[in-house]
Amino acid sequence: MNDFSYTQAASAKEATGIIKEKPQAAYIAGGTTLLDMMKANLLEPPQLVDLNQLPFKGIEQTSDGLRIGAIERMSTVGEHPLVVQQFPAVSQALLLAASPQLRNMASIGGNILQRTRCGYFRDAAFPCNKRVPGSGCPAIAGDHHNLAILGVSDSCIATAYPGDLSVALAAFDAVLTLENQKGKQRRVPITEFYLLPGKTPQRENVLESGELIVAVTIPGAAHARRSTYLKVRERSSYAYALASAAVGLDVQNGTIRTARVALGGVGAQPWRSREAEKVLTGAPATEATFLAAAAAALQGAQPLEHNRFKVELAQNTLVRALQQVA
Amino acid sequence: MDIEPTFSKTNPTAGVVGQPMSRVDGWAKVTGRATYSAEYSGLPGLVHAVLKTSDVAHGRVQSIDVSAAQRAPGVLAIFTHQNLPKLAKTPNSPDDRKAFVSSPMGFFPMESDQIFYAGQPVAVVVADTLERAQYAASLLKVSIVPEATISSYLDPKAQLYTPKTVKGMPGVTKRGDAQEAFAGAPVQLTATYTHATIHHNPMEPGATTAHWEGPNRLTVYDSTQGVSETQKTLAAMLGLATEQVRVVCKFIGGGFGCKAWVWPHTTLAALVAKAVGRPVKLVLTRPQQFTSMGHREEQAQTLRLGATREGKLLALIHDKSSTTSPWDDYAETNTRITNMLYALPAFEGTYHLAHANVMTSTATRAPGDMPGAFALESSMDDLAYQLGLDPIQIRLLNYADKDPSNGHPWSSKSLKQCYQRGAELFGWNQRNPKNGQTRAGKTLVGWGMATASYPVHNSQGNARVRLYADGHAVVQAGATDLGTGTYTVMTQVAADSLGLPPENIRFELGDTDLPSTQWSGGSTAAGRVSSSVYLAAQDVWQRLIKVAVQDNKSPLYRAKIEDVMVVKGQLLFRTDPDTGEAFGEVMKRAGMSDIEGSALGRYGSSYEAPRAAANADPNKKDHASEHSMHAFGAHFCEVHVDPELGTVRVTKWVSVIAGGRILNPKTARSQVMGGSIFGIGAALMETTERDPHLARYTNADLAGYHIPVNADIPDMTVEFIDEHDPYVNAMGVKGIGEISIVGTSAAVANAVFHATGRRLRSLPMTPDKVLAAMREPV
Amino acid sequence: MATNHDPDLPAPHDEHRRNFLKQSSLLTALALVPSAVVEAAESKLDERVAEAIEKIPLSLKINGKKHKLKVEPRTTLLDLLREDLHLTGTKKGCDYGQCGACTVHVDGLRVNSCLSFAVMHDGQEITTIEGLASGDDLHPMQEAFVKHDGFQCGYCTPGQIMSAVACVREGHAGSEAEIREYMSGNICRCGAYANIVAAIQDVKSGGKKV
Repeated sequence: MNDFSYTQAASAKEATGIIKEKPQAAYIAGGTTLLDMMKANLLEPPQLVDLNQLPFKGIEQTSDGLRIGAIERMSTVGEHPLVVQQFPAVSQALLLAASPQLRNMASIGGNILQRTRCGYFRDAAFPCNKRVPGSGCPAIAGDHHNLAILGVSDSCIATAYPGDLSVALAAFDAVLTLENQKGKQRRVPITEFYLLPGKTPQRENVLESGELIVAVTIPGAAHARRSTYLKVRERSSYAYALASAAVGLDVQNGTIRTARVALGGVGAQPWRSREAEKVLTGAPATEATFLAAAAAALQGAQPLEHNRFKVELAQNTLVRALQQVA
Repeated sequence: MDIEPTFSKTNPTAGVVGQPMSRVDGWAKVTGRATYSAEYSGLPGLVHAVLKTSDVAHGRVQSIDVSAAQRAPGVLAIFTHQNLPKLAKTPNSPDDRKAFVSSPMGFFPMESDQIFYAGQPVAVVVADTLERAQYAASLLKVSIVPEATISSYLDPKAQLYTPKTVKGMPGVTKRGDAQEAFAGAPVQLTATYTHATIHHNPMEPGATTAHWEGPNRLTVYDSTQGVSETQKTLAAMLGLATEQVRVVCKFIGGGFGCKAWVWPHTTLAALVAKAVGRPVKLVLTRPQQFTSMGHREEQAQTLRLGATREGKLLALIHDKSSTTSPWDDYAETNTRITNMLYALPAFEGTYHLAHANVMTSTATRAPGDMPGAFALESSMDDLAYQLGLDPIQIRLLNYADKDPSNGHPWSSKSLKQCYQRGAELFGWNQRNPKNGQTRAGKTLVGWGMATASYPVHNSQGNARVRLYADGHAVVQAGATDLGTGTYTVMTQVAADSLGLPPENIRFELGDTDLPSTQWSGGSTAAGRVSSSVYLAAQDVWQRLIKVAVQDNKSPLYRAKIEDVMVVKGQLLFRTDPDTGEAFGEVMKRAGMSDIEGSALGRYGSSYEAPRAAANADPNKKDHASEHSMHAFGAHFCEVHVDPELGTVRVTKWVSVIAGGRILNPKTARSQVMGGSIFGIGAALMETTERDPHLARYTNADLAGYHIPVNADIPDMTVEFIDEHDPYVNAMGVKGIGEISIVGTSAAVANAVFHATGRRLRSLPMTPDKVLAAMREPV
Repeated sequence: MATNHDPDLPAPHDEHRRNFLKQSSLLTALALVPSAVVEAAESKLDERVAEAIEKIPLSLKINGKKHKLKVEPRTTLLDLLREDLHLTGTKKGCDYGQCGACTVHVDGLRVNSCLSFAVMHDGQEITTIEGLASGDDLHPMQEAFVKHDGFQCGYCTPGQIMSAVACVREGHAGSEAEIREYMSGNICRCGAYANIVAAIQDVKSGGKKV
């Protein structure tokens, strides 16, 4: 790991100011994503700006929904009564992720910004378009069994966001509050936060240089209260998803009034499926409906040889999740 | 001595041997005081070495630009193939290689510009702190001109060949005419089984601290399963006399086979320590662990099984294809178990290897027997279903009353009892004979079982006992405790052998200054070291009896030595056990504060042929033995398979093992559970993926390589059959470290078959494969 | 790399920590942009100067003992414990937060010390396996691990025990299934899982203060 200087930022202004002066510097909160990349020499920031003293804290009810400070830790948020009651899928997504130790460390903002687990990205010995634009993507002809089938491009097939939280956030219309170097805040729906790889897989989200995630706000809704997060992985715990589904249904008299669906582990970004929601909305809460929704969700899938199973797996995962909340 | 004493004769009622004693090293391990090889922090001037490894899998180093790294703060030295001090001998020379007792790989890196595998060391950086060494290594600019790469035996460019020998076994084994017998068999089964590359991944990565205490005096703290082997091999490579090298390993964070050999990083640490004149610590990173200490090779096995309509085996033809390194004909010997497990009149086994750009694979918990049993025990399950027989029934029908591979009777075999007891504990008689019949919620429930067996490897150890007059003793053997309980069980054996309470025994191991015994591996340590300790105690008694019979104040004065026995520390007349005295009395009168004894303990056929054994070479195959010696067992498993999500969870487990005398049922139970979990990992999740074009691993870390976690494992039931084996060694002990994994992945696969009606023949059985199988018609 | 100071003496940098940081970041910024590292070296940047720039004062309470340290920002909490303070009970199994062998408690929370920079813990209280027992008396969890044979090689054990203590304190030891899930961040290659669960259940039901 390169040496670097370290600064505790006392304010957002101070933090963004440092990046303005030194765009290669990096923010750090929990550090769980940053440290492993620095250890592998994938990132070599000359300076780290510690955000833990910033006031991006608290879990509170607002008129827009439940507002969660970006510095809050995954374990705190996952076990918070308001989250458990209003957004079971969000709580489950947090508590099914990583390990208890990592959940005590990782911040919400950091989780949203975690990087892909694609083995080619994680090892600087390999070419990788995301890491070194133009160097190629050996995963396409190589090991891609746990890479994406939706939203991929010829340049990159990574599940750029490998985690769970943002999948649930995408399903339930969460909005990020961002603050830029001028101290100006803007609100970006999480479904518009991530970018598809296209020809520029190195660009993963809409954050401007130095822009901070301040908070995430999730609007309360009936379908959010009746929600779940189902995660399928190669071992029972402490593993990334092969496929996951965050779903919420508002069912009355057997008819689905509103539905929310997002998939994890299969998309180049957390995969909100409005196609599936369209099938579900107004339809009877039956297995036939769920199967049709699952088919709609995976319609655009572009699988390769070794991740073809994910089409079926994601469909089955989604159907199972819908059955659980119906 | 012509006839060695045996524990069962001198200790007809064992004291602490066989008791579930808690580990004597438990305190050190739960307080963090146990010192592992990278934790000798107090060495004066200790500095850190970091490996820089090759990005590409095949090529030649064109240049290594060290300029930036050299100027980085704290850097003491940088070694590449251009300035690495020369070794006296390297395995790169076939003549030199014969000098090594422990170097599995016919290649030592950094001797030339050649790169043969991704992750091969290309440079070593030494700096004053770990952080600085790591950073400097990252500043090295290594240019390699790549050459055509072969990634595995499956690579279209790979060429399969049959070697003359693999690990001392012939490349082709024929017993009877298996081809003809198979062709004429009324029931024929042909199936191919494939296995992913597996890594041992002990929790402690390879670690070496090398300290030159003088120009010709080297102490190495190394995470090794065999201090003596490491000592001898290092001495040969460095051009030192054996005694000039001391190797210490008091605690080791797991090995499972990968620490049984001397790998390049250990030698490199010693070399650079000498060059910089400071003690050097070199610890592999977890990604480096995947390319530094071997692995279980990826492989395919085709079994052709011929049987009668009643289910009697007629023939087995076993072909194995696998990947080996560019220099070695290495394969784990899968045909050992398939040739001996059942009464089988005709057998043919053939190995097919292909050189590829990977390092040499190496022994991995039950090498050969583990994958061999997966194939055979899956096929036996198929045969049972095809003929409408219970899986246990088909195995009893083909029960081998003697070893079919050599015709020898077994030294002991309690496999029938294992089947019976395992079935009882599991509730096997409740089993639905039909597949796919039981559901629990959304999951399908299935039961499976498989046979386990592991051979007794002929070997020899050495131990020393120093008994103090005050009733305490120090007992020593240069073995390693891999977590198997060696510290504890040897304390128990010494306590009983000396008639002392275990808290009065200090057992020491893991140092070449102690009596040299062989490596701890191949399930040999318990049998070999326990008999060495026991016999060393007998040696103490013999010496003390001589003192007593010459002492006119002793009640034993002028007795014949052979007329005196020792019972619980009392020297007594055999014919008059009321007459005698305690050993302390004899020693006090003789003015002896302590007395020492030592002995060689033999395990396996060299024990059985004692006349030949005195001069036997334990490394040589000894065919003087009259018995075939194996531990046997059976594993039973319940799985829940989610047919839509493709997940398989083990929900119930029973293992019953017949392993001779069990020295400590508490540690033995742990060891068997651990082996089974290792097998469950291989069955369900463990695979190291190598890029098919670049021959570089794509998941070389513990997030991508899935080792079972706590949530994967149910409560497990382990029992042992009380077994008396008079032929195996003086203690009647068989090893259990490896039998615990043999058959486990078959038990899981058989349970998956029972649950789903689908036979999965490719390990690991990950959700993608389960889903694919579920799409197939039953 | 860290230097330990006598905790009873006033630390020169302590009260000026933030200012020092600012100053140091400016200096290092000049010197240590990756491409500039080489230039810095080429311009024969004196190593002693570099050292003075790089190290940051840090005050930690480890196992009840105060430490005044100066550390490089890149030193992880794990490497500080193992390499500098010789508290080698905390293990390095993977160095990437993927095994749990490095688990310690920071202000009472279990964390992976390998994925955390030491400088980020200024003023915090660290408990390692060495700090769990009081004198020769083992902590109930340590006793239970010995009794139930909750380990074999012992390398993952300190992390397992620190995690197990946290598991009980957090209230996540309610059932066997819950224990298994909340202990899944600690990999044991020897496979002592069933015994670890038994040890935790024993402590949970034993009534002793955990």
